[in-house]
Amino acid sequence: MKKTLKKITGFQLFLPIVALILVLLFNMIKTPDFFKITVLNGTLYGFMIDIINRASELAILAIGMTLVVASSAGTDISVGAVSAVTAAIICFSLGPDQQNYQMPYLVGILLGLLGGVLCGMWNGLLVAKMRIQPMVATLILFTAGRGISQLICSGQIIHVEKESYRILGSFIPKVPLPTPVFVAAALALVTWLVLKKTALGMYIQAVGINRRAGRLIGINSQLIIFMTYVYCGLCSGIAGAIMSSRIAACDANNIGLNIELDAILAVALGGNSLGGGKFSLLGSIIGAITIQALTTSLYAMHVTADQLPIYKAIVVVIIVTLQSAEFRKWISSLQGKRPVKAKAAS
Amino acid sequence: MAGGKDHLPFFSNEFENHFGNLNMSNELLTMRHISKSFPGVVALNNVDFTLRSGEIHALMGENGAGKSTLIKVLTGVEELEEGEIRVSWLDHPLINHSPQEAQLNGISTVYQEVNLCPNLSVAENIFIGREPKKRGMIDWKAMNDNSRKILRSLNLSQVDVTKSLEHYSIAIQQMVAIARAIDIESKILIFDEPTSSLEEQETEKLFQIMNQLKEKGVGIIFITHFLEQVYEVSDRITVLRNGELVGESLTKDLPRVQLVAKMLGKEFNDLAAIKKETKEKVNHTKGVPLIDARNLGHRGTIKPFSLQMYPGEVVGLAGLLGSGRSELARTIYGADKPDSGELFVNTKKVKINAPIDAMKERMGYLPEDRKEEGIINDLSVKENIFIALQARQGMLKPLSNKEQTQLAEKYIKLLNIKVANIDSPVKQLSGGNQQKVILARWLSTQPDFLILDEPTRGIDVGTKTEIQKLVLNLAEEGMAIMFISSEIDEMIRTVSRMIVLRDREKVGELSEEEMTQDHIMAAIAGGERDEEDA
Amino acid sequence: MINRIKEKIDEKTYLLIITILMFIAMYGAGMIIFADKGFAKPQMFLNLFVNNAGLIVTAVGMTMVMITGGIDISVGSVIGLTCMMLAYMMEFMNVPAFLAILIVLVFGILFGSVQGFLIAYLKEQPFIVTLAGMFFCRGLTAVISSDMINISNATFLKIAQAKIYFPFLATVNKKGKVITPFIYPSVVIALIVLVVIYLVLKYTKFGRAIYAVGGNQQSALLMGLNVRSTKMKTYVLNGFLASLGGVLFALNTCAGFVEQGRGFEMEAIASAVIGGTLLTGGVGNVIGSLFGVLIKGTIESFITTQGTLSSWWTRIVISLLLAFFIVLQSIFASIKSKNR
Repeated sequence: MKKTLKKITGFQLFLPIVALILVLLFNMIKTPDFFKITVLNGTLYGFMIDIINRASELAILAIGMTLVVASSAGTDISVGAVSAVTAAIICFSLGPDQQNYQMPYLVGILLGLLGGVLCGMWNGLLVAKMRIQPMVATLILFTAGRGISQLICSGQIIHVEKESYRILGSFIPKVPLPTPVFVAAALALVTWLVLKKTALGMYIQAVGINRRAGRLIGINSQLIIFMTYVYCGLCSGIAGAIMSSRIAACDANNIGLNIELDAILAVALGGNSLGGGKFSLLGSIIGAITIQALTTSLYAMHVTADQLPIYKAIVVVIIVTLQSAEFRKWISSLQGKRPVKAKAAS
Repeated sequence: MAGGKDHLPFFSNEFENHFGNLNMSNELLTMRHISKSFPGVVALNNVDFTLRSGEIHALMGENGAGKSTLIKVLTGVEELEEGEIRVSWLDHPLINHSPQEAQLNGISTVYQEVNLCPNLSVAENIFIGREPKKRGMIDWKAMNDNSRKILRSLNLSQVDVTKSLEHYSIAIQQMVAIARAIDIESKILIFDEPTSSLEEQETEKLFQIMNQLKEKGVGIIFITHFLEQVYEVSDRITVLRNGELVGESLTKDLPRVQLVAKMLGKEFNDLAAIKKETKEKVNHTKGVPLIDARNLGHRGTIKPFSLQMYPGEVVGLAGLLGSGRSELARTIYGADKPDSGELFVNTKKVKINAPIDAMKERMGYLPEDRKEEGIINDLSVKENIFIALQARQGMLKPLSNKEQTQLAEKYIKLLNIKVANIDSPVKQLSGGNQQKVILARWLSTQPDFLILDEPTRGIDVGTKTEIQKLVLNLAEEGMAIMFISSEIDEMIRTVSRMIVLRDREKVGELSEEEMTQDHIMAAIAGGERDEEDA
Repeated sequence: MINRIKEKIDEKTYLLIITILMFIAMYGAGMIIFADKGFAKPQMFLNLFVNNAGLIVTAVGMTMVMITGGIDISVGSVIGLTCMMLAYMMEFMNVPAFLAILIVLVFGILFGSVQGFLIAYLKEQPFIVTLAGMFFCRGLTAVISSDMINISNATFLKIAQAKIYFPFLATVNKKGKVITPFIYPSVVIALIVLVVIYLVLKYTKFGRAIYAVGGNQQSALLMGLNVRSTKMKTYVLNGFLASLGGVLFALNTCAGFVEQGRGFEMEAIASAVIGGTLLTGGVGNVIGSLFGVLIKGTIESFITTQGTLSSWWTRIVISLLLAFFIVLQSIFASIKSKNR
């Protein structure tokens, strides 16, 4: 019995699934209509739909963050700021005119994504080549990013008035589910395919688990780490495009605000070790959905957006404490096992 | 400890009065019946150790001998399990629970990686935690002045005590560590591999200081693997092997070869010549060498060496721990990028900057430390096997699932690896099986030249023999293999040529006929028997 | 000659000198370019301190934390929370001013203790712990009140508006009126904090232990220092300084609102880094951080005096400086390791 228990708790997706179930149960009790889905004019509505919808950009960011954490044991705290940069580029390129974009829609979007990629390259260069700590390196764009997007928007909130701009953030006509869900799903699928089909997934894990061994078998860890940061930048760009489309504008101060904590939390909730190594994209996605579900349930309890962070903070502290080695040592010493003596160097 | 009172320049008469109670030729430290085990392994079994005041005592032993455990128990890094430790200045048995406590009790260690704070000044590193104070605030002037006094007595007056430690070379940093130990009035000083990062003159300087300390009655435990240095500076030698005490002798009474024999657990018999069973001797060393290293070296780890490897031969590297065997192999493979010399593969000059270049030249390297550099423990057995081949092929040419499985299963069968499920994480396998997985990894790349560094360490006897047989088979099929092992017997059985290293230098080569146990040990030991080497 | 100077000067002093020169150059440039707009007046210089008293205190605390190799990104939120608590207590609970101040300072100490415990004893990553701390305080601020609360407590306002004059710097303006430059008590408090922490870092065992722990934690442990206790005390002290910074902030704005202090931690970190504190730990000094604050203040003054540029330009320039110094630090570090 104990062995089966250990096997279940050791299962990679144990934590995210349990967390999600807890949150959903909680919601079910509080809100009887929670799982109800109604069809109106050919589109689906309901709490669950809402959650998956709003979780989309978080899931996208979590995908990028997962790879960064896995390869470099670090976190990219610039994701929110980079998404703001992307949003600014897109809105600026497409312009406010109601009838016509200033340039083709796709070009505008691609320019924005390019911005995200460039930011990712900057981060990647600092971390992989110059060996600067990830948190420190990404601190720069964290501070500068919003300033850059303000610069692009000339300090204003640029609105894109053309109606079709909203499609990315809401619904494609005649499609029952919101577009962001499809984008997130597509990105997840593409990422999964690339990682599986090109050995890159294995490389990322190898580099994160044992960089020295990886080097001895010929893996270019610098390149791998660089690529994960670039990809994270791309993901931030995609998230920025979606967020901007939702509000059909670029509000440099508020787009993606504080989303970096949510992204890190999603990765941690997904059962991924913040120390790098083996990772699960699915876990992070489930983690993202769980966080969104948590947010939704808190809103339902009339917690305001401003007050929300308290609960997230508490969850983070609990998870990180549970993952902490010192804490585990203390627990096992309480259980009467022989305490492992803390060793000094040499 | 000392702090705030007048500082006594170390080498002064007052210092001797301090140590008044010490009888110069008396026992300073006795460790008796020390035993210590860890889960699954007995590290020390009933070991005795004695240190006399005013002596430099070398503590020697190969891998797993227990010397580092003995020191860790003495200094409180590991808990004392069984046995008694006594020092001459305390009436009761001594148990240290931490290195800090050991320091307070008069025992200091100077580590190989100097354990000081590089960002603090020299003076601060000597005094931190015990800074002299004036009116409640740290008295920098007194601290600096006292530091200068101490360093002057060590002939280090050129060091600016106000500069941060990182300004200075490792050698000077070590001196500062010594100065700190002296100033806290340590009566026993342990030097843990102190000369590994030092140049020759720096080592001489260190020995001068050790002799000065010795004359003042301090007891020094000198842990090193450099044979020459042991004979240069130590008074006594204690040898441990497999957790047990082999013996203690005065250095002048122990010839080098005997020392090597004791460390390796062999009997050295001048007269007996244990010849290898004659079997058909094939001379491989003809034609074009597969690998031709000319003056290849890596500063700090291996002096420039030249050697050739031919297809189909198994060459052994013999030498004591720390003699540079692994480092030599790593330099050829590019794990340590060589900074001198050239390498030719099949007469073509190649530049190896990193392991991937060596892999492209069809080399493979099974590292000595499989835990830190070998297995990727959270990845599956299958992944650990095919990953090297994949890395050589490149990211964009992934092996199909079918290919991966076929490859893994082929080598699992060949090497008889016991694994229930090839997709389970490799960390679940036993040590021996993990080693086989890494072997499988390299075999699957079908290298022309394979380096095996301690391939049978920590493996049961049955598997050991399997691997040795496998090595011979691979050589028969044309592979060139470099075989490194601490067990001389194993190498004698498997190799057709032996390269000998000592103190990070290649010192000789023995052909098949010359490869007797005695010859090998003599070659390792050097000294008076040098002339007899081929 | 260059070599001799090079020998005398440590790399740490290099960075400090660069910072001080940068400040003098910037301020000097400002005095020339904006002479007509009053940049050269003494009050302009004093305003650097008046407007940034809270930042000075926060940056000093941040410097200490960074020297140990850690970081604390919750300080901005602590400031916001402090202001809100002060405002709420004085306006809605009629707590006397000094008692309210005492309460928030105690809160700062408690908060610092919790973070310190998680970081020093449970060995959790400082970034994650203080990020959670940031969110906690931010949320708590909103729980207290989502509307702005203005402070009308008489005692508090009196302290806030008390001017300290410098008659010897007085000038006469075009209209013949005598203008005497002044500062507020908050500046005095900030400078006292600066001096006290400077003395602690330089002349106490605790201060030196902070440097040792940041330089090489393992070594510090082996040399007999109590690493955990040192780190814990640092975060407790930092919590206190953050709440003190909040008090000074409140004296400046006389209000509490949800968004207050947002992004402040970045300014504190930037000031410390620009002032020569290494993000990797072991190196830093509060004098440098003071100049980092003054540089930020100068840039801000530039932009306000210039008038046409938006205020977010300050953010960009500070980020650029921050990036410059981070890259500079890593270049120095790689030169050092190559020379070894």
